[in-house]
Amino acid sequence: MGEEMSRKPYVREISKTTWFLRQPRYMRYMAREVTCIFIFAYTFLLICALGSLADGPDAFQEFLNSLRSPWGVLFNLAVLVVTAYHSLSWFVVTPQAMPIQRGEEFVPGNIIVNAHYGAWAVVSLIILIWGM
Amino acid sequence: MAKSNKPIFWGLFAAGGTVTAFVTPALVLITLFAAFGAGMDMFTYEAIHAFAAWWLGKLIIFGVILLSLWHAAHRLRVTAHDFGIRADTVVAYVVYGLAALGTLMTIVYLLRI
Repeated sequence: MGEEMSRKPYVREISKTTWFLRQPRYMRYMAREVTCIFIFAYTFLLICALGSLADGPDAFQEFLNSLRSPWGVLFNLAVLVVTAYHSLSWFVVTPQAMPIQRGEEFVPGNIIVNAHYGAWAVVSLIILIWGM
Repeated sequence: MAKSNKPIFWGLFAAGGTVTAFVTPALVLITLFAAFGAGMDMFTYEAIHAFAAWWLGKLIIFGVILLSLWHAAHRLRVTAHDFGIRADTVVAYVVYGLAALGTLMTIVYLLRI
C-alpha cells in the first residue's frame, strides 16, 4: 500500500555501506574511525595480560607464550600501524577541537599540532624507558 | 539514550582518544617486543607484578584501560552507523556492555594482584 501511495518515492542513490569509497577524504575519515576496533581488541589483550598476572607466574608465562605465536606478532604489528595512525589523526585535528586564544589572535594550528607531536615523543620515550 | 547522558560518553571518548593517542603506540611497541621473544629477562613476572601491585601502578593501568575501552566503544558505535548499521540502541548496548565488562574485569584483576 505504501508504495502505491507515494508517487515520488525517495530513492537514496548513495549506498549506506560503501559511501565512503567515493572520496579519499571519506576514506581517511573511515580509516580513522576503524582504528577504534584495533584499540578495543588491544585493550582486551592488556586485560588478558592483567588477568594472567593475577593468576600467577605460570599463567603469565602462558600469556607470554601465546603472545609469541605468529598471530601474536602479526596482531601487534597491525595494532602498531593502526594506533600510530590514530595518534597522528587525533593530533592533526587538535587545533579545531581545542583552539587556543591569546588576546585577539588564535594560536596558529601548526604550533598546537607540533607541540602535541613533541609531547607524544616525550611520553613514548618515558614509557619505553620505563617499560623495558 | 537520554540527552543528559551525552556529555559523559563524549567526555570519556575525548579523554580516551587523547590518552590512547599518547600512550598506546609505545605500549604496543613493548608488547611487540615481547611477541618477538626479545628481552626474555625484561618481561619477568616479578617486575611487572611489582608495578601492578603498586598503588600508582594500579591507578595508571586502570586509567589507561578504562579510557581506551570507553573511547573505542563510543567510536565503534558511530562507526557501526557509518557502515550502514542503523540499530543504534542494540549497537549501543553491545559496545558499552563490552566496555563495562572490560572495566569490571580490570577492577577484579587489579584487586587480586
